[in-house]
Amino acid sequence: MTAWVGARVPRKEDRRMLLGRGRFVADMARTDTLHAGFVRSPHASATIKSIDVSAAKRVDGVLDVLTGADLGDPFLRSVLERDEFVPTKMPMLSGDRVRFAGEPVAVVIAEDAYAAEDGAEAVEVEWETGPVVMDIGAAVAADVEVHSGTRNCLVDLVMFDDPALDRIFADARLTIEATFTSARVSGLPIEGRATMAEWDDRDSQVIVHTSTQVPHQCRSGIAQALGIPERGVRVIAPDVGGGFGQKCVVSREEVVIAAAAMRLRRPVIWVEDRQENLTASVHGHEQRYDVTAAFDADGRILGLAADITCDIGAYSVFPFTCAVEPLMAATELPGIYKVPAYRARGRGFATNKAPTAPYRGVSRPQIVLVMERLMEKAAARLGVDPIEIRRRNMILPGEFPYTGVNKITYDEGSYLESLDLTEKKITEAGWYTERDRLREQGLLAGIGFSCFSERTAYGTPTMSQRRMRMTPGYDTAHVRMDPSGEVIVTTGTSGHGQGHETTFAQIVADQLGIHPDQVRLRQGDTDLTSYGWGTFGSRSIVIGGGAASKAAASVAGRLRKVAAHLLEVGEDDVQLADGRAGVRGVPDASLPIAELARVVHFQTHQLPEECRYGLEARESADPPGTFSNACHATLVSVDPETGDIRARKFMVVEDCGVIINPLVVDGQVRGGVAQGIAAALYERITFDQEGQPTSATLMDYLVPTATEICPIEIHHLETPSQFSENGSKGMGEGGTIGAPAAVLNAINDALAHRGAEFDHIPVMPEDVLS
Amino acid sequence: MKDIHLIALAVNGNEHEIVVESRRTLADVLRHDLGYTGTHVGCEHGICGACTVLLDGEPVRSCLVFGVQADGCEVRTVEGLADGEELSDLQKAFSRCHGLQCGFCTPGFLMLSEAYLSEQDTVPDEAEVREVLAANLCRCTGYQGIVEAVRQVAEERMG
Ligand code: FES
Ligand code: FES
Repeated sequence: MTAWVGARVPRKEDRRMLLGRGRFVADMARTDTLHAGFVRSPHASATIKSIDVSAAKRVDGVLDVLTGADLGDPFLRSVLERDEFVPTKMPMLSGDRVRFAGEPVAVVIAEDAYAAEDGAEAVEVEWETGPVVMDIGAAVAADVEVHSGTRNCLVDLVMFDDPALDRIFADARLTIEATFTSARVSGLPIEGRATMAEWDDRDSQVIVHTSTQVPHQCRSGIAQALGIPERGVRVIAPDVGGGFGQKCVVSREEVVIAAAAMRLRRPVIWVEDRQENLTASVHGHEQRYDVTAAFDADGRILGLAADITCDIGAYSVFPFTCAVEPLMAATELPGIYKVPAYRARGRGFATNKAPTAPYRGVSRPQIVLVMERLMEKAAARLGVDPIEIRRRNMILPGEFPYTGVNKITYDEGSYLESLDLTEKKITEAGWYTERDRLREQGLLAGIGFSCFSERTAYGTPTMSQRRMRMTPGYDTAHVRMDPSGEVIVTTGTSGHGQGHETTFAQIVADQLGIHPDQVRLRQGDTDLTSYGWGTFGSRSIVIGGGAASKAAASVAGRLRKVAAHLLEVGEDDVQLADGRAGVRGVPDASLPIAELARVVHFQTHQLPEECRYGLEARESADPPGTFSNACHATLVSVDPETGDIRARKFMVVEDCGVIINPLVVDGQVRGGVAQGIAAALYERITFDQEGQPTSATLMDYLVPTATEICPIEIHHLETPSQFSENGSKGMGEGGTIGAPAAVLNAINDALAHRGAEFDHIPVMPEDVLS
Repeated sequence: MKDIHLIALAVNGNEHEIVVESRRTLADVLRHDLGYTGTHVGCEHGICGACTVLLDGEPVRSCLVFGVQADGCEVRTVEGLADGEELSDLQKAFSRCHGLQCGFCTPGFLMLSEAYLSEQDTVPDEAEVREVLAANLCRCTGYQGIVEAVRQVAEERMG
């Protein structure tokens, strides 16, 4: 009976955005709104001797200057309930010690943003600078400690430890040892962070409009930091200009702005500038993998050991903690390959840099890169075709559901089919001929593949294994039909570009037999929605959409009962479609759904008891998680003169189960691939030896434009998931996960005859030239 | 003492006279003094192009122009593209081609594209469209939908 799920429905969100009527936090400043500017540490490591705000308070337009002490020294401490984890206290405004350049120490409240900046410059802080820890090597050496008594190791997890491994490595036909690294990068939403808070006397609560992916977590963080009940905080995420993980943790600035609004009883707004965003928000993906892998003569992997170290920056972010990257990496490294023996240690080291948070992909771009490079290396050493070696190792049709050495159960996927189809498509499209043509032109050219799956929709059955004190996972939807037959759906997920207003409406419309235009989604408001976990980790369609689907099904059941009563037929004979409740086999007997809704609300006495009093339902979904998969291929050229590297062609064969809206799926894939190419070739957060950020503007941090990103061709396979309500699988991150490995393999293919081999990202022109 | 000036400018055909500080950017004048919040600010240093508006018909980065420099000028912003509630051909094409996701970069891309298309008399190839659109940044779409939308409108208008 599906009509809307799967259809290329244009997005409901588009109209207001195209008209310039989107409503982002920065658009909300009114004439009575005060503007905040943060005073930030210019040093990567320093003790604060004193903070003198008197001159700043005299600056024209400045109303107040607040330090941590003024606010009662609020802090957040995110906790993993494991012995191997060391919690750190993150002050919202540091009062005694700063641990990275950009850390906030005071906030200036002024009449406008210009005066706030003037005020921030006038705050006098006496610093005593200390030694810095700027890379994983220095952190491991621990001659200097970022947090005293920790030896910089904030988490150290041995996840698996097969005792047979050393024997396997000793005896194998081929044992490879290699190191893989990926640079620190920024999610870099084009809208930076922004928060506006105001006190509401009527409800005795602070209303915090903030550019977040996780409104409820933000509410919990603010309430915990300020020591107030959650009811005292209402978080609203209006239109949000991208997140990519950067907005899925609670920002210190969000807490401070809420506290300032409560104290001043005036609306206060803070809009981050790009320099703050690049230096003082959160980063991700700075990791190193020291790997040993054994293969037999046919290229079958026999064993895998990885020592994974992550540079997690100065603090554990709230509520995910700094373990999010090492845990993900150590748990999921084997990926789609059947690894019989495995050992993994994942460690997170503190450094004097901004904290890291889950950036799109979360360790999976790196683990896919590791596995795909290992396959290529083994293939080359053993003389096996690099595509064939993947086929020999991947989980094959007939082997699903497959439980790996890492105790993960992979639901049905199309690993082999996607690889086969990719190979076929690029051959048909003449990529190999094109590669030869480029080579004849004097360019270096190569083709690279990457095969991977992406665990999505982590519900509490999976998330609880991490042992976070705040364990995300489930989500709850409420579906309510009004007397005119239109529907409001609420969800705890919080879309910010993914088109949820459209896709949720498609799901609900199918259940209720109405048009998606009759369905409105309410999200991103903690007072309007049940506790939920927001939008990250490719969870929303499976978990939020799954809950909405269940709740809508429940309302549909009520509608069928009402129709059965009014039409005097059996409930099972009623069908909801095209806005009407019809009777199977009796074309003439039907009622508009709006009429059913009218009767339920306005003449409820006409109905039997069980059909009365409204049409609404609340349901939750909490799946174990599901794996979407894809194969990426890219054709890359390298200019031997300039070192310039270009991704010229890109192909994705992806399988995210049941597709709700192909327009939206393709958009997620393309945007993700662009970020993956960015991580492979362009983007890198850098510091000098003293810990000063040297990539603090978009002149230094290179975000690819339309000329660096090539067209991305997409083909779909559809293997429904048995673990999700509607057969769909999450797919928000796959593009970013698969692309770096494909690009890196292509570069190595291009350079193979020169004996150069790269196992790091990004690969820059200077790497090629040296 | 604030350094203030009286300026007059027309935005989407509406005349405005306001007093601004000399250091106030055109982006802030439009957004906060005049309420045209459709123009977005993504970097404040001239790279992202989210703040692109047309100043006397030419695309400019309104974060790099001071309000006082717009004195006596005609400004066109994203709010001026539609005909009342009816989306323009370009706006429709953006939706049809999925040229926007979060929508934050969209006003800048629309204004850039509008200025570019108004100067064309032949249908540009994809490489040229990409060159032009490379002036702005989008983090969500991978650009393909934006490129396709601009190409389609070029074909429709020039066709
Ligand atoms: S805000 Fe003007 S170019 Fe980025
Ligand atoms: S649509 Fe989000 S930045 Fe372009």
